[in-house]
Order: sequence, then C-alpha cells, then structure tokens
Amino acid sequence: MSHFTPVSALLGGGLIGLSAALLWVGCCRIAGISGILAGTLAPDRAWRLMFLAGLVAAPVVYRIAFAPLSRPAIATAWPLVILGGLLVGFGTRLGGGCTSGHGVCGMARLSPRSIVATAVFMTAAAGTVFVVRHMGAG
Amino acid sequence: MMRAYTVAAVCGLLFGLGLTVSQMIDPNKVLGFLDIAGDWDPSLILVMAGAIPLAAVGYWAGGRVAPARSAIDKRLVIGAGLFGIGWGLVGFCPGPALAALSFGDPKTLLFVAAMLAGMAGYEVWNRR
Repeated sequence: MSHFTPVSALLGGGLIGLSAALLWVGCCRIAGISGILAGTLAPDRAWRLMFLAGLVAAPVVYRIAFAPLSRPAIATAWPLVILGGLLVGFGTRLGGGCTSGHGVCGMARLSPRSIVATAVFMTAAAGTVFVVRHMGAG
Repeated sequence: MMRAYTVAAVCGLLFGLGLTVSQMIDPNKVLGFLDIAGDWDPSLILVMAGAIPLAAVGYWAGGRVAPARSAIDKRLVIGAGLFGIGWGLVGFCPGPALAALSFGDPKTLLFVAAMLAGMAGYEVWNRR
C-alpha cells in the first residue's frame, strides 16, 4: 500500500466525472475514449477530434500551468506492447467500450452491460498481471 | 455547433487533466492497482469513486438514457476479456495511452499504433 495516493486519485476521478457529465449535458455524448477514437472515422467526427485534442493536450497544459511531469517508464517488452495494443484496440470495439465508456459512464448509468464488462475486464487484467508478475511469465 | 465543439474540447482537456492528476497516465500506477497479489495500490478504485457519482449527476441532469444495446452477449464478454488482457500486459487503456502521447515515449507511440490497428482489424473482421 506504499504507493496509495487517495487525494489525487479522488481529485483526478472528479475531473473525469465532471468531463463525462459536461459532455452529456453539453453535447449529449458518452465520454468513452475507445468509442470516440474509433468514431473519428465516422462522418460526425469534428466533436470527437476536438475531444481527443483536449485529451492529448492535457498533460502539456498541466506541465505549463501546474508542475513538471516525469515521463513514466514502460517496463513491458516491445512485443508485448504491440500485442497489448492490438488486444486493447480489438477488444474495446468487440466489447463496445473501455475503462471510461463502460467503467465510468456505463457504471454511472447503471447499465447492466457495462457492469458485466467492467467486472470481466478488471478480472482479466488482474489475472494477466498475476500471470506476468507472479507465475514467472513475461 | 461551435459551442458543442468548444464543450467537447474542454471535456477532453478535463478528462486528460483527471488522468494526469490521478497519475493514471503512468502504466506503473495502473499495474500497481491490477497487481492484487503484490504491493497493491488501490488508487484506481478512488479514481472511479470520484468519477462515477459526478458522471451520474450529469446523466441524471441531462435526462437518463437507456443503453443502445441491452444484451449481455458473447461479444461483450469476449471483447471485455481481450481488452482486459491487453490492459494487464501494458497498463494502458485507450484514454491514458492517448494522454501519454506527449511524453514522446516510443513504446507509447507503438501501443497507440497497435491499438488503432486492432480497431481497424475489428472493422474488417466485423464486415465479413
């Protein structure tokens, strides 16, 4: 529990929730990142590109406005980074959402689909980390 | 129309700041949450605990909608399972991976490229 950061986690979560609420009230859209990203190929893409621009710019704005950020080290080996990306891309489309669309927005709407999806991806992710870190794989 | 675009950009910015403040753009922080058998870091639960109630207020204030699809089917479960495995391998889900792009780490670029390829692959597979 040495790395537990409850205050920044709650504050950051609050900003994410505020973003989801505002996007619904102001644009009638669900703040699901995988859906927004995949939807940039659809005809109605301008609002999605604007959202993604804000998302990508956020750490830059944070660095300028608040405090420096150190670049996180990615420990995963190259081939597994590629495999992970492919699985996240394909899986989020097949399952119709990711951590934001199902985990935050869907849970907030008490969608049974999202509650099931969140339970499944949390379990699969924790199981994967267990295999990689504690069973000598990876 | 302009107003909607501005709202969308502000929402993207708020979302990304939330990921930054909560350190969820760091895959190690996320893997620390997923590593239940190790030195477990429960922070991600509090991110969700902070986000879900505010999102719920938004959906309530803006009129609550039924989900477009209600069926809990094989695609939902298998898709969420595949996503979870990829998430556990790297510690990136789509939002944090995009937000971390500005760090310029080649592995992040590669992950995002593979994620887009996976999405495109789904479109091709789905159209068969």
